[in-house]
Amino acid sequence: MSDLAIELKGIDKSFGAVHANKNINLRVHKGTIHGIIGENGAGKSTLMSILYGFYQADRGDIMVNGAKVTIRDPNVAIASGIGMVHQHFMLVDNFSVLENVMLGAEENAILNRGIINARAELKRLEDEYALEVDPDAIIEELPVGLQQRVEILKALYRGAEILILDEPTGVLTPPEADHLFRILEQLRDQGKTIILITHKLREIMAITDEVSVMRRGEIVATRDTAKTSVEELAELMVGRRVLLRVEKGEAHPQDVKLAVSGLTVRDNRGVVMVDDVSFDIKAGEIVGIAGVAGNGQSELLESITGIRHAERGTVMLDGDPVDVSGNADATELRKRGLAHVPEDRHHMGLVLSFEENENAMLGYHYDEAYLNGPMLNLDNIRKSAEKSVEKYDIRPPDVRLKTANFSGGNQQKIVLAREMERDPVVLVIGQPTRGVDVGAIEFIHKRIIEMRDAGKAVLLVSVELDEIRALSDRILVMFAGRIVGERLPDATEGELGLLMAGVEENQEAAQ
Amino acid sequence: MDYFHIAIVTLESTIRLSVPIILAALAGLFSERSGVFDIGLEGKMLAAAFAGGAVGAVYESAFLGLLAAIAVSTSLALVHAFASITQRGNQIVSGVAINFIALGATVILGQSWFRQGGRTPQLSGNGRFDTVTLPFADTLANVPVLGPIYANLISGHFLLTYFAFAMVPITWWILYRTRFGLRLRAVGENPGAVDTAGISVTRMRYMAVICCGILCGFAGAYLSMAVGAGFVKGMTAGKGFIALAALIFAKWKPVNVMLACLLFGFLDAMAILMQGRPLPLIGEVPVQFMQALPYILTVILLAGFIGKAIPPKAGGVPYVKER
Repeated sequence: MSDLAIELKGIDKSFGAVHANKNINLRVHKGTIHGIIGENGAGKSTLMSILYGFYQADRGDIMVNGAKVTIRDPNVAIASGIGMVHQHFMLVDNFSVLENVMLGAEENAILNRGIINARAELKRLEDEYALEVDPDAIIEELPVGLQQRVEILKALYRGAEILILDEPTGVLTPPEADHLFRILEQLRDQGKTIILITHKLREIMAITDEVSVMRRGEIVATRDTAKTSVEELAELMVGRRVLLRVEKGEAHPQDVKLAVSGLTVRDNRGVVMVDDVSFDIKAGEIVGIAGVAGNGQSELLESITGIRHAERGTVMLDGDPVDVSGNADATELRKRGLAHVPEDRHHMGLVLSFEENENAMLGYHYDEAYLNGPMLNLDNIRKSAEKSVEKYDIRPPDVRLKTANFSGGNQQKIVLAREMERDPVVLVIGQPTRGVDVGAIEFIHKRIIEMRDAGKAVLLVSVELDEIRALSDRILVMFAGRIVGERLPDATEGELGLLMAGVEENQEAAQ
Repeated sequence: MDYFHIAIVTLESTIRLSVPIILAALAGLFSERSGVFDIGLEGKMLAAAFAGGAVGAVYESAFLGLLAAIAVSTSLALVHAFASITQRGNQIVSGVAINFIALGATVILGQSWFRQGGRTPQLSGNGRFDTVTLPFADTLANVPVLGPIYANLISGHFLLTYFAFAMVPITWWILYRTRFGLRLRAVGENPGAVDTAGISVTRMRYMAVICCGILCGFAGAYLSMAVGAGFVKGMTAGKGFIALAALIFAKWKPVNVMLACLLFGFLDAMAILMQGRPLPLIGEVPVQFMQALPYILTVILLAGFIGKAIPPKAGGVPYVKER
């Protein structure tokens, strides 16, 4: 027996003209957590899909536990003891936990006995790995963290010895991510091998034993995590030196540009999500709202930008009130200088099937410069799109390309360029770097600081605490719909974390 | 006693009228629960009715007619499957195409084979299904109240009628108590989950669509070889669409499907009953209104007034492995 759980030799895979994986050699030792890091599109997911039998490699061999295996489909991977936790959970939302775990691993054609046995086995796994979850709970009613636990249980139920996790923390809140890491460490200590795919450097440093860096379809380096540094990994990922810390000077706040007072907002279910929130933002400062996702930040943003109606409270934009009753006209607000970079660019920021240049003016299409009488002035639209493509280094620089074909980071830059280039008074930004790779994060952060220095009032909402601390001049912490504290950016992570967890709940969260 | 008699007759025709829609709606349930929308229930039923009528007439065997009905309906289902699963085409377009093909082909073939203006010859004797008289129905018919209920409501239907009602719990059982059902429901909600569990999405969906074809075959055979004695052009008369409405109305659940179909069948029976009979206060209700009621009810449901109809999440979307 070899001590290698997985060995890949010369794996090569192309999709048409795209060479996704080039001659990949990878060795993963048994009983370790092996990180694979790389920017979006570096080929990490493709490689793992090959390992899980979703695709077949054009060339190369896969060895599992020292023996060569031809992984034709996921069945072979499962039989070889490989389990995968997908980035987008492969769960049936209206099924119970038990049904999801059983699916594809039922014993007989009739479920009777299988259900009883599956329930017992699930109980055993839950006890063995301390992964409690109610087997009869319906997936869509579970929080994301628990859904992920079901995915892990699914893999373990199928007897997985090698667990692949694809960007597992992308959808998790920081406490949920910490919890996941503890689970992973425990699984490793019980002899499982774990492959963790991520583009977040922190996670690699926090949990892995070894790390392989991918860039443009190749593995460019493999390091012992203990013997490397964040800086080195970032450089290997991007292929050049990256500033991880944004440079920013003193803020020079002036007049109040956005004043929110007593704002109370309910969500679609009628639950109060924003509870009597008040704050001011001055020209030339960045105010960050920190908090675990789902504590009312989204509703706050939507209400300020006129998308969701508020029950009580007022919002003043540059001294004039904003209609928060739900009748606000986004076009009107934009004209008054309120620019909005929505949290979810796919859902609200972009029409993915449109060309880049169309998205680059969407929401500002009433602008004279884009019109030719009642018709669109396509020449001007494309010219101005070309300008912003150049200025924001959007790649590929093709304004006629369908937006869906840009990477996440470049899509985000399209939205940012659109909103920032209109010289707004107030810039409201939600999750500026969600799903954006390291190189683009640096660029986006710089632009946000530039906006501040140009005298804009910036409201920043992010679930990435690091980002909030790096950019904000003042930090407001939101918990359960209320602002529970205001801190300066030099506040420690621990202090902010306590506030984010609502302090008294902290004891529970730490468990 | 007179009212009692009318009630019995109305309920009896309710059952008679709801059988084809129950079968067709259950057919649609199999297909749609697997994520393949099927607007071609009507066409499959019509083609099956024609095949059943034609083969039943030529070979004078109801059994062969039924087999032919199932075979034709299943082949049309396979066409739909090939277009929408293998070729990842638009499921609505494919369904509409099947409806048109069935509508035209049955008349053309019927005319060229039998020369009776698109009809098939009148079925008689062994070519047509007989009604089944349950034991003691005649003896008990004279018992007050229970007698007529047993003799007229429960006994005296076609075998296919009993089959249709039996299919309701059977479908429920398949869906919720078997491996096939679990996978079928999963593939209609999140085919990715099925694929990553090592099960072929294509195979599951094909099997579901074949189930749909078989049941539509039964529905068509019932029309031309049981309640009718031969195929008449366009004889499904929108029943496939009513079945689709019932399926939505029932929120894709088997027992609800039966109740919805009985309701729609009852409305149909009432329409016949009330023809030319003014109601007190309201006056005469137009037949068209009664016939439109199932659709009106479905629209009201869809508008969110009676609960919420949530279709299978992956319905209508061809499965493509993401890259």
